[in-house]
Amino acid sequence: MKQQYDVVVVGAGPAGLSAARAAARNGARVAVLDDNPRVGGQVWRHGPRHPRAAALNQRLAALQEAGSVALWSAARVVAPLDTRGLLVESEEHGAVTVGYQKLILATGARERLLPFNGWTLPGVTGAGGLQALIKSGVPVRGERIVIAGSGPLLLAALATARQAGAEVVAVVEQARWPAVARFGLSLAATPAKLWQAAQLTRGFAGLRYWTGSVVREALGNGRVERVRIQRSGNPADDIVLACERVACGYGLVPNVVLAQALGCEMRGSGVVVETTATTAATTNAGAAIAVDDSQRTSVEHVFAAGECTGIGGMELAAVEGSIAGLAARGVDAQALQRWRAQRVRWQRFAARVEAAFALGELARTPPSDETLLCRCEDVTYGAVRAHANWRDAKLHTRCGMGACQGRICGTAAALYFGWDAAQPRPPFSPAQIATLMEAAAAPTSAD
Amino acid sequence: MRDEHAETLRVTVDGKPVDVAAGATIVAALAMRAGLAGTRQSVSGMPRAALCGMGICQECRVTVDGRAHVLACQTLCRDGQVIETGRPR
Repeated sequence: MKQQYDVVVVGAGPAGLSAARAAARNGARVAVLDDNPRVGGQVWRHGPRHPRAAALNQRLAALQEAGSVALWSAARVVAPLDTRGLLVESEEHGAVTVGYQKLILATGARERLLPFNGWTLPGVTGAGGLQALIKSGVPVRGERIVIAGSGPLLLAALATARQAGAEVVAVVEQARWPAVARFGLSLAATPAKLWQAAQLTRGFAGLRYWTGSVVREALGNGRVERVRIQRSGNPADDIVLACERVACGYGLVPNVVLAQALGCEMRGSGVVVETTATTAATTNAGAAIAVDDSQRTSVEHVFAAGECTGIGGMELAAVEGSIAGLAARGVDAQALQRWRAQRVRWQRFAARVEAAFALGELARTPPSDETLLCRCEDVTYGAVRAHANWRDAKLHTRCGMGACQGRICGTAAALYFGWDAAQPRPPFSPAQIATLMEAAAAPTSAD
Repeated sequence: MRDEHAETLRVTVDGKPVDVAAGATIVAALAMRAGLAGTRQSVSGMPRAALCGMGICQECRVTVDGRAHVLACQTLCRDGQVIETGRPR
């Protein structure tokens, strides 16, 4: 089956839905593809007992009003095709070739999950991962949870976990207190965010919020029972807490697999690492899609918006999506000025978040040699460390060769070793034979 | 807490019936059945459970109605679904 649209948007979060709205209002037939069973992305994730956010309802109402937007959830892009098309595996439509005039990538971000001893025990999840699981219906009532890692997402996870009846015993933030405090003050310059943060931190009293600290080890027999937290350079200061879950994520990494397969240029502003108390530097771990002032990528007809172009939060993502949707329809530069001014405002906020939660030395300290780095193939950090680069490590240890195709361990390896951990190649996920046959049937030259 | 107004669905996980709220994903059914134990065995035989919650890590993969490698975190529960985990029984 082949379907053709003026604009195809990949990703149904704030950026993708804003892009679809803008394009549809300018006369486009639009398809929005998302691999999740519901639209909304991570930030507008909803489920049983977690109703849709008002902002999501507004987007969906606007798309319905436009009447020219097809929302495809549970639809995975398996591979890009030669001629402005994508091979898609959809729960509803089966294997489909989706053709486009313009493509907008709004593939968002994933969590940076870093290994620590015991992180493979059931009960260890990402911080945003825990939020996602709770919103999907996983019960956590009465469970003791330690939330750890870095960034504002930890506070969002705290709010969700508490609301679901969990007992959050501590929030462990790797950034040091002065940086976090400066960030807190800087919120005053951004009223909407301030309001959001105040909501999230309601009931902060009595909670252990430890800065300059990291989870070093999860302990337990077949599941998490305790966690060891490092609070300084002196092991005597380590604290062991009893808990059922550890939810640990060190910020976000742009999802750029499809963009790379399309040949889009990347920019290397991935991980910000703290070099001194006041300055930050970047490493090459976690590239983002490079875009111009109109959200155009280096590849003709392909635009990108939201966190796949750099981590910046949902407001920035929505603004970028709107710009991409308008630009994809050829709306003139003058009309984009209003949006561009907003983009600058949210980019400033993103820069403050990035500086405040730059990964410090504690967070960048590798785990013990015995810790598994690759969870798919059970390869230890020590085995990977013995190799000179990602390619050698893969060939000799099978690290990064498993089901996740290195999405988890490659991100960690990039941080510890500075390796350019190659991204997966198509097919991006296990595809059914019928889907691959659809690709074989797809035209390979312009039709 | 059980929401009396929410519609519930029944699926089976490893042969045992599990009731979940309509709209829950399979990962919720796994949690209700297995609690905090894992639902997959790693290549070296260790228990594993969902890690990322958003379709990246593949730790939550299960067999659903005979189809292997289905991501529990990205699949909604449907009434009568037969879910098989890799958990030793």
